[in-house]
Amino acid sequence: MSFISGLLIGIAALAILALLSGVLLGFAAVRFRVEKDPVVEQIDSLLPQTQCGQCGYPGCRPYAEAIANGDDINKCPPGGQATIDQLADLMGREAKPLDGAHGVEEVKKVAYIREDECIGCTKCIQACPVDAILGATKQMHTVIADECTGCDLCVEPCPVDCIDMIALQQGPERWKWDLEQIPVTNVSESPTELATEVKS
Amino acid sequence: MSFYIASSPHAHQRRTTSDLMRIVALAMIPGIIAQWYFFGWGVMLQIILAVATAYAAEALCLQARERSSIQGLRDNTALVTALLLAVSIPPLAPWWVIVIGVAFSIVVVKHLYGGVGQNLFNPAMAGYVVLLISFPVQMTSWLPPVDLTGNNISLFESIHLMLFQYTSQGYSVEQMRMVDTGALFDAVVMATPLDHIRSDLSQGLTLSESLQAPIFGGIAGLGWQWVNLAYLAGGLILLQQKVIQWHIPVSILVALAVFAGLGSAIAPDTLPGLDIHLLSGATMIGAFFIATDPVSAATSNRGRLIYGVLIALLIYVIRSFGGYPDAVAFAVLLANLCVPIIDKYTKPVTYGHGKGRSKTAGGGH
Amino acid sequence: MSQTNAISQASVAYFSGDDLARNRDEIAAGKLWRFPGGIHPPERKELANQRPIARMPIPKRLYVPLKQHIGQPGALLVQVGEQVLKGQPLTAPGPNAGLPVHAPTSGVIAAINDHPSAHPSALPVPTIILDTDGEDSWTERQPIADYREHSAAELIAHIAAAGVAGLGGAGFPTAQKLSAQGKLDYLIINGAECEPYIVSDDRLMREHAAGIVRGIRIMQHISGIEQVIIAIEDNKPEAIQAMTDACSGQAGLSVRVIPTKYPSGGERQLIQILTGREVPGNGLPQDIGVLMQNTGTAYAVYRAVIFGEPLLERVITLTGEALSRPGTVWAPLGCGVEDLLEFAGYQGYPKARVIMGGPMMGFTLPRLDVPVIKGSNCILAPARKELPTAGTEMACIRCGACADVCPASLLPQQLYWLARDHDHDGLRDYNLADCIECGACAYVCPSEIPLVHYYRQAKADMREQYIEKQKAEIAKERFEARKARLEREKQEREARHARAAEARKQAQAEREAAAAAAPATDTTDATPAAKKPNDRIAAAVARAKAKKAAQAAESSPEPQPEQAPMSKDDRVKAAVARAKAKKAAQAAESSPEPQPEQAPMSKDDRVKAAIARAKAKKAAQAKALQASENSEGKVSNKPESLPDSSNSAQAADPAPEATPGEPSPSRNKQGSDQ
Ligand code: SF4
Ligand code: SF4
Ligand code: SF4
Ligand code: SF4
Repeated sequence: MSFISGLLIGIAALAILALLSGVLLGFAAVRFRVEKDPVVEQIDSLLPQTQCGQCGYPGCRPYAEAIANGDDINKCPPGGQATIDQLADLMGREAKPLDGAHGVEEVKKVAYIREDECIGCTKCIQACPVDAILGATKQMHTVIADECTGCDLCVEPCPVDCIDMIALQQGPERWKWDLEQIPVTNVSESPTELATEVKS
Repeated sequence: MSFYIASSPHAHQRRTTSDLMRIVALAMIPGIIAQWYFFGWGVMLQIILAVATAYAAEALCLQARERSSIQGLRDNTALVTALLLAVSIPPLAPWWVIVIGVAFSIVVVKHLYGGVGQNLFNPAMAGYVVLLISFPVQMTSWLPPVDLTGNNISLFESIHLMLFQYTSQGYSVEQMRMVDTGALFDAVVMATPLDHIRSDLSQGLTLSESLQAPIFGGIAGLGWQWVNLAYLAGGLILLQQKVIQWHIPVSILVALAVFAGLGSAIAPDTLPGLDIHLLSGATMIGAFFIATDPVSAATSNRGRLIYGVLIALLIYVIRSFGGYPDAVAFAVLLANLCVPIIDKYTKPVTYGHGKGRSKTAGGGH
Repeated sequence: MSQTNAISQASVAYFSGDDLARNRDEIAAGKLWRFPGGIHPPERKELANQRPIARMPIPKRLYVPLKQHIGQPGALLVQVGEQVLKGQPLTAPGPNAGLPVHAPTSGVIAAINDHPSAHPSALPVPTIILDTDGEDSWTERQPIADYREHSAAELIAHIAAAGVAGLGGAGFPTAQKLSAQGKLDYLIINGAECEPYIVSDDRLMREHAAGIVRGIRIMQHISGIEQVIIAIEDNKPEAIQAMTDACSGQAGLSVRVIPTKYPSGGERQLIQILTGREVPGNGLPQDIGVLMQNTGTAYAVYRAVIFGEPLLERVITLTGEALSRPGTVWAPLGCGVEDLLEFAGYQGYPKARVIMGGPMMGFTLPRLDVPVIKGSNCILAPARKELPTAGTEMACIRCGACADVCPASLLPQQLYWLARDHDHDGLRDYNLADCIECGACAYVCPSEIPLVHYYRQAKADMREQYIEKQKAEIAKERFEARKARLEREKQEREARHARAAEARKQAQAEREAAAAAAPATDTTDATPAAKKPNDRIAAAVARAKAKKAAQAAESSPEPQPEQAPMSKDDRVKAAVARAKAKKAAQAAESSPEPQPEQAPMSKDDRVKAAIARAKAKKAAQAKALQASENSEGKVSNKPESLPDSSNSAQAADPAPEATPGEPSPSRNKQGSDQ
């Protein structure tokens, strides 16, 4: 008898405790709720907005929606590992290496149109997702380098192959303190070829 | 010609972590000598065993974690851990006690938490507490100081005792702890001064009666007071060498003195005074060598003061009201737990983020 | 208090009136404050400060980077092969208070190309390479003998034209700093020179104290600041003596001797020492009523104003035990480090370190042909054992030594963990941006962790991410705008097709009617038609007019373009409409084959077109709509059998009209055209 009643008291106490903490938690959830952007917005703001479609979706936003619906987070080559890590963080998922099927992470590039070869076909203009190409029919076209996202989409449509993707020149201002990559530049008849001994 | 490229600064203070740890180890020598003098060869044997175990465990762990063991062993942190644990346990405790303790300290407390700098707890003290809980008998079997027994246990006998818990003549450790109290034939098992007070008080004696016992020959217990003073000397060397900052030891000692003074003023019959608190047990080694372990202590000066006061409070409370006679290990571990919070709330105000005025330095020129 | 005027109270807003008065009294009484942390590295100043500042022979070749200061470089004023005189400007002042650079001596411009920069990365930057002729002949100078007769604005312009930038290291344009608005309390002259080894300011103060003081007076005249504090660390007794002598009897000038402690010469730290004020986190010294200039800058201002000499040379400390003749030297800007080292008797050894700047904040040079620039103050060539390199990085033991010495009261060990985790939010919380990269933390760290290097990388990463984020934002906007545009265009095209079909029927009828009637319709302008393209009657008028024009055009002996799908009639109509809109289109019409040859537009027209295009591109939605309509007509390249309405629309609005027919020059091209 006393054993049973002890058990009952224990169960009752636990139940009351559980109830209390449940109420407390519920209250806290309501009271201290953090207003957040919808998750698609948040994902989208992490994607690089290159709009290249390498992820298999027609642009970054569709991919953001797909991620929100459970697609893998490692399909965006322009964003690379950094973006994957941030997405993993946001989504609370495992950070995976970039899916090679969608491409590899490369250095930032911009399109450059060799202007004397351009025939003014306007095909690249139609391909560019961010309207970074200026030009008109039968007139020379050119890329606004600052607006170009380096998505590569304009290269393929060009019938005379006059578009190159060139790596962005890195100036000292945006150097990232990579002591192992101090270039050995060969400049104007400087005779001494200086190798760099590196120690990080 | 090739050039050497490095990031600034190009000048470095030439005192590395291994140097610091070596100085800590050296500064323990006065205390170790005092312990050896009062408690015999056991201390030295424990140290040898502890250091050997520590390096073996460290090497194994580094190997397992695929770190460079040469570099890891060179930092001397394992040495300090081993020394601290070795001097904390009874000198004639069986050999496997220290081996288990040190192995636990190094493997579990240090490396399973991620290695040097990542451990939340002071490894030596965590090891000590585990031993104390697991082997309470062996861990409290302190020999009385030589002054009291008069019998100096030889090196050979010490080894024998540690290995088999019997001397070559067949005396047990328990028997070795017997002391002729002068009261005819009845010999009592000797405890450390703090133990003694605790058991006397629990038997209804007053503090002053308890202090009549032969072990309280000096200020705060024969032998123990000198050991404490020796560690104090070592601690002063650390301060002078700027290996530790003054904040932690000073705040511990001052706070402990204040609590003890207050306590004995309120209840002189049951609460020991500041002499006993400061010079008994592990107070000094705790204040200067254990609590100052950089990894597990608070990092800002303000935080260090709080940390010290917290340790002192815990020491005092546990010693006076808790179930264990000495409390440094528990106090340090509990304070370790609070370090993240202390650090969080003592984060210094970054330049330019305060109200705009800085502290005044005394006068111009 | 009497000196508490409204303006300066606003400038140090967080002081209440009384506090400010007390603070000023304390400063006047010579009180010194203390900054947290700091270290005492070996000073090693005796190595180079024993001998007077030397003059080196003019190097054969100078490398003058176009940009030697914070800000933007100006446009080139010289060409390769040109003979230049000493002091002649080589670039124009840059935009946004950018400074010009001048020829440090006379000679011939050998080349203008990319050359390794005086930067930790040594990445090449545009540089003028000057072959000197050894004559050192001056261009005409414009001294201002009595500066008091000139207004502050004139003097600021003069100093800017002389290219004076802060010589303390960062290279902030001095003129820009001097033109700070609002009344300031104190002008602080930074002669602390706390970094070990460097003695440039020390020697300059010893030898040119009077010049420095005159420079200070000029800066006072410009800025209107009454109180000047000259701060010198107590390890430079000779300099203190010289400056005290030069200041004696001068009102408002006081020399403060501050205790030697690194980094007391940091701008923020020095302000804290001298005034007890802290520059707000994202603010400037101006915000707390202080202006700081380096002693070298004061001297450069003096030379620039009194002698009309632009900033052509500066004092460089050549020091380190790998030099047999260490000392200080007046080095022409652009002088290669090689030449300086040779002058000082450098004995190299393999894997040597050559450091530009001091041991605490300088950077190693990967090669020796980099030039010294306005902000360089020291070349340090340590012997093999002199400045031991950091040992192996060990784990942080959380000893807190770094936090104890950080002058900005940061928690370097936390920053280190966060930087290793790439936790940018955490780094922001722990105020990484306030780290002045002084290196005190890495100096004391017993685990020899290159803390500052971690911070620099983290800062660079954060900056990069910020830039990327901005770019992504823009790209997203443009992408959305494009999607909206395509959608709109689609709808419009459909609407137009519907209209066109109807109009075609009408036109059929009307053409017959028009053919019957006498064709002498008047040539009213087409604008109303364009404004109301819906208006059928207006469209008809326009068409009729176009037809008339077409008949006239048919008689002209123009080669027939082979643009296949267009009907001849329509094509000619289109051509004529365009001819009416602008004068220069015939030629374009005459060469329809895809040839690289461009329309023979005058340069002027192309520039105008480009501008118009840019304007159109940037204009608001309404205009963009029209523009896109135009380009749609071109882009789709379809046999639009009814070009009339679109053509008349073009005629109506000349700005977008200019767009489609023109070649669109690339940005660079546009730049050079202009
Ligand atoms: S691969 Fe990345 S950048 Fe390209 S469209 Fe997809 S999400 Fe955008
Ligand atoms: S110009 Fe080419 S590479 Fe650049 S954004 Fe447009 S389509 Fe992509
Ligand atoms: S000084 Fe070095 S080892 Fe000590 S806390 Fe700072 S980073 Fe860690
Ligand atoms: S480098 Fe930055 S974090 Fe380190 S001491 Fe200097 S200011 Fe503090």
